[in-house]
Amino acid sequence: MALFSMLRTNLRNLFSKPATILYPFVEKPVYPATRGSVEFNLQNCIFCSLCQKKCPTHAIEVDKNAKKISIDRLDCITCGACVDACPKKCIEMTSKRNAPSLGNPSKKDLYTQNA
Amino acid sequence: MIENQELKIIDISALEEEVSNLFSGDSRMVQISCAKIDSTLELSYSFDKDGKFQSLRVVLPSDVPNQVPSVSHIYFCAFLYENEIHDLYGVDFEGLVLDFKGNLYRTQVKTPFNLPEIRKEEAK
Amino acid sequence: MSKRTVIPFGPQHPVLPEPIHLDLVLEDEKVVEAIPSIGFIHRGLEKLVEKKDFNEYVYVAERICGICSFIHGMTYCMAVEEIMKVDVPARAQHLRIFWSELSRIHSHLLWLGLMADAFGFESLFMQSWRIREKFLDIIEETSGGRVIFGSCKVGGVRKNVESSAMNAILEKISRYEKDIMEVSSVFMNDSTVKKRLCGVGVIRQKDAFELGAVGPTLRGSGISSDTRKIGYSSYGEYNFEPVIEKDGDSYSRCMVRVRELRQSIDLIRQTAGKLKDGPIEVPVKGFPNGEFFARTEQPRGEVIYYAKANGSKFLQRMRVRTPTFANIPALVRMLQNSSLADVPVLILTIDPCISCTER
Repeated sequence: MALFSMLRTNLRNLFSKPATILYPFVEKPVYPATRGSVEFNLQNCIFCSLCQKKCPTHAIEVDKNAKKISIDRLDCITCGACVDACPKKCIEMTSKRNAPSLGNPSKKDLYTQNA
Repeated sequence: MIENQELKIIDISALEEEVSNLFSGDSRMVQISCAKIDSTLELSYSFDKDGKFQSLRVVLPSDVPNQVPSVSHIYFCAFLYENEIHDLYGVDFEGLVLDFKGNLYRTQVKTPFNLPEIRKEEAK
Repeated sequence: MSKRTVIPFGPQHPVLPEPIHLDLVLEDEKVVEAIPSIGFIHRGLEKLVEKKDFNEYVYVAERICGICSFIHGMTYCMAVEEIMKVDVPARAQHLRIFWSELSRIHSHLLWLGLMADAFGFESLFMQSWRIREKFLDIIEETSGGRVIFGSCKVGGVRKNVESSAMNAILEKISRYEKDIMEVSSVFMNDSTVKKRLCGVGVIRQKDAFELGAVGPTLRGSGISSDTRKIGYSSYGEYNFEPVIEKDGDSYSRCMVRVRELRQSIDLIRQTAGKLKDGPIEVPVKGFPNGEFFARTEQPRGEVIYYAKANGSKFLQRMRVRTPTFANIPALVRMLQNSSLADVPVLILTIDPCISCTER
């Protein structure tokens, strides 16, 4: 008959530090491999639109004439298909997470190439 | 190659006899699935015994109402798969042990996977 | 013959993790019949195969379920690879086993917490999930995401795990093993847990076979059947036996899952010893043409993916039969002649994952 078998664990938890972190005052630790968000570096971009073709949610839009690329942050699922597809290695997966959208239905980020 | 899988195409009339033979041979029923390929429906019954996998297949036309004998009096678990195929594809099973009469899946459109095709007529 | 009432055990209920609807026919606190009805989160994922080509569909297949997500992606990749006759390199196969077993550990820890919550033992629930958080951190460190791994593709895996990282992970797992032993000993020995679980929801061995049950529901009734033994993805090189219990009640199903937790930790140690250097993917050319039934062992049972292709870049038909769908007849049989207060415990004992059931 084992009764109160959790008692020792409960007392230990009562007198030690909590297991949770106080977000938003403390940031959650991230790892180097974490898929946070996708960043573009348009210095070597040739506007081939391969990233637009490979994106499964159609979040990337490439405008070749105006030399602009826009990405909708709320559609992006951070799968990394564009990172693998870019022939000039202009796209990078960073560990920084996206900021919240605060009620907007879409949140487009625009990148321009300064020639 | 992961494993060898057997597939046997049979007629509707031989279905009950083959399933009874598999039941007396202690095979476990794995699944019943339906696929709409062009204008035929392919029903696949799958069984497994000690890791050996075999399937029976029945081919039906898709644009007429079909009647297939049910195997739920041999294997009780078949009632759920047959009710699902009836709700999604419109195939009638005779002799179902537990019949939901179309109420298992709550969909807005009846038989959503087997809708009649609409073709544009050429203007003369 | 007393009066019968019908109570809808609705899609919204505090104890259910996911929406399923049951109509319970009661006679004075005893359940006489239960009629299930599903379809609340049908997303039409099987029809999406006609719009996304066979490489892109991996992202959709992973998101069918949140708890068993890696094994869904892996089974889809196995089905397409068998049709196209692609040979996956050995290192990729062992890495897939590594992630599958981590996925199994986190799913069983989640289930242990939900079971404790169903009979009211809140502190045990919180303690199980606290250990689960540490395993989710390991998964994030190796693959990038906590729940959706994103690391499987047709032809191999997308990310590599270096041997130094692997040794660090093995050390962490040895430390967490002590906590897992503590939590599981409460499940096995505490008398309040035994009073709620022993003798409740008994399925005899012959019934489990006829009802088509899979996974721990089948193994808890004494039938030895584990899909990992057919040897897919190099499981044939590993040393393990299916975990069986004889009694067939909820306590045996709980014991099967606790012992599988410990077996998965042992399998991860065996994986670390078998990893050799080599490529992690092969290039895939052309389009699939043919059909195949791919079977793997999820934490909840046996999952089957049927894929049929005809030479274009879209698959013609893809059908998923998930283990919870196969366990529903067993649930209906268990609920007959049980008392109303045991209904939440019985529904949770088959480990329902309703978002898998209606894709």
